[in-house]
Amino acid sequence: MDELLKILQSNALESHANIARMLNVPAAEVARRVAAYERDGVIRGYQAILNEDQLDLDTVTAVIEVKVTPEREGGFNRIAERISRFPEVRSAYLMSGTYDLLIFVEGPNLQRVAAFVSEKLATINGVLSTSTHFMLKTYKRLGVLMESRHEDERLTVSP
Amino acid sequence: MKTSGSRSLPSRIADHVRDIPRSGIRDFFDIVSTMQDVISLGIGEPDFDTPWHVRESTVFALERGATHYTSNLGYLELRRAIAGYVGRQFGPGYDPEREILVTVGVSEALDLALRALLNPGDEVLYHEPCYVSYRATILFAHGVPRAVTTSAADGFRLTRAMLERHVTPRTKVLMLNYPNNPTGAVMPRAELEEIAAFAEAHDLLVITDEIYAELTFDDAHTSIVSLPGLRERTIFLHGFSKAWAMTGYRLGYACGPAELIEAMMKVHQYTMLCASSFAQKAAIEALAHPQADIEGMVAEYRRRRNVVMQAFDDMDLPCSRPLGAFYAFPDIRKFGLSSKDFALRLLQEEKVAVVPGSAFGDCGEGHVRCAYATSLDNIREALPRLRRFIGRLA
Repeated sequence: MDELLKILQSNALESHANIARMLNVPAAEVARRVAAYERDGVIRGYQAILNEDQLDLDTVTAVIEVKVTPEREGGFNRIAERISRFPEVRSAYLMSGTYDLLIFVEGPNLQRVAAFVSEKLATINGVLSTSTHFMLKTYKRLGVLMESRHEDERLTVSP
Repeated sequence: MKTSGSRSLPSRIADHVRDIPRSGIRDFFDIVSTMQDVISLGIGEPDFDTPWHVRESTVFALERGATHYTSNLGYLELRRAIAGYVGRQFGPGYDPEREILVTVGVSEALDLALRALLNPGDEVLYHEPCYVSYRATILFAHGVPRAVTTSAADGFRLTRAMLERHVTPRTKVLMLNYPNNPTGAVMPRAELEEIAAFAEAHDLLVITDEIYAELTFDDAHTSIVSLPGLRERTIFLHGFSKAWAMTGYRLGYACGPAELIEAMMKVHQYTMLCASSFAQKAAIEALAHPQADIEGMVAEYRRRRNVVMQAFDDMDLPCSRPLGAFYAFPDIRKFGLSSKDFALRLLQEEKVAVVPGSAFGDCGEGHVRCAYATSLDNIREALPRLRRFIGRLA
């Protein structure tokens, strides 16, 4: 992967000027490459990684395994896209193994998520079954540990 | 009880120990550790955490009871892994049964090599600026240190001509350390070939400390031991401290001809017995998947090197471009301060710690070592302070 993308992936707020220094290239080139990635859709957006457990939000997240019947010609894509369009669905993946789609659904409470599953998701033509698991605590998200950061324990000067 | 006429304790300390000053880094550390909120560019070890799979395997090793002595040479499984890694990475093949010794860091390996090779009065050629312990370690082994000065003008690289000026009939060993601490210099293959020819011409043994070998930014590292004919006269030293961020594990190794490793093993056997057993287990895990761990760290060091060098350029601070390790060694002579005064004032006035170049040998005077083994946030905070400081000096 382009090192520019690696840098943005670890900190999307890094300024173009800073990235240019890190890569030893002109700032204008960084701006041009970032714009091209955005235009081509490689970069889909920039988000903060939150520790939601700290925010005392009254929301629940469900991880749902979905078995579906692939469609002739459409395969899994059409049904997966249809499911993905619900705003309640935060992420959706096609999986190998005992189920087909893994989706992450967020809702204000357990009842609302359950209602989404039974009324919206399970009733979609082609959905064979669902298995819903509720998330209890987040330890790591998007490669970032949620534990509080440790102090640097190294000696301040060493050979 | 003190009786009249008994000699003072200092006078009873062996001359060759008493006469060696403490490391300049140690003195500086004592000053820095009294201060709060210092940004340190003085740390000679990685800021990265030891890769989790390595730490996790250490815990497993403890659970499993790997808490006893190991063979003097180290676990055979580890020596096999080392043989595989060194062969792939650096060229020569070594017999894990007889040609590899696991040590307590490269520091111990270096000490063993010198003690195993030197008779009192034998001379050792080494290049300065260099790691703080080299001169002392040679003296502890009753050798005679012969420093060869390298300079920013030559990118802190060695040439055969420099070495020829210092070689004598008593010269027995040539010590090398590239990529270099404190300068970040590396030796390209063509130039190493000249050094190899020099070692052969004078029939010298070579001790090469390649602890930073994985950390090169522009070109892949070449080890002198991979050059034709050099394997049979070279002790290759390496370890896990830098590339795997395992400094506290204290684990290194020496590879070399069986006769030399056997001699080193004798000293190791009677002084250290063996390196820590669970650290050795962790090292086996480290060597199982080395690339994934190291690539990310090298990329990050390279970015920091670029940031630091561009900032030095902007503030008109001359510095030979570091090509490896994680140090920059800028030239501060134009400010008319000794490296110690420069570092002290920078610490007091801007709370940035760097290490005076004089800690790395006399010819390090006029320079300071800035380690970029610290986060980019810290580096970005430190650089404007440095700029402000030298702005006041100019």
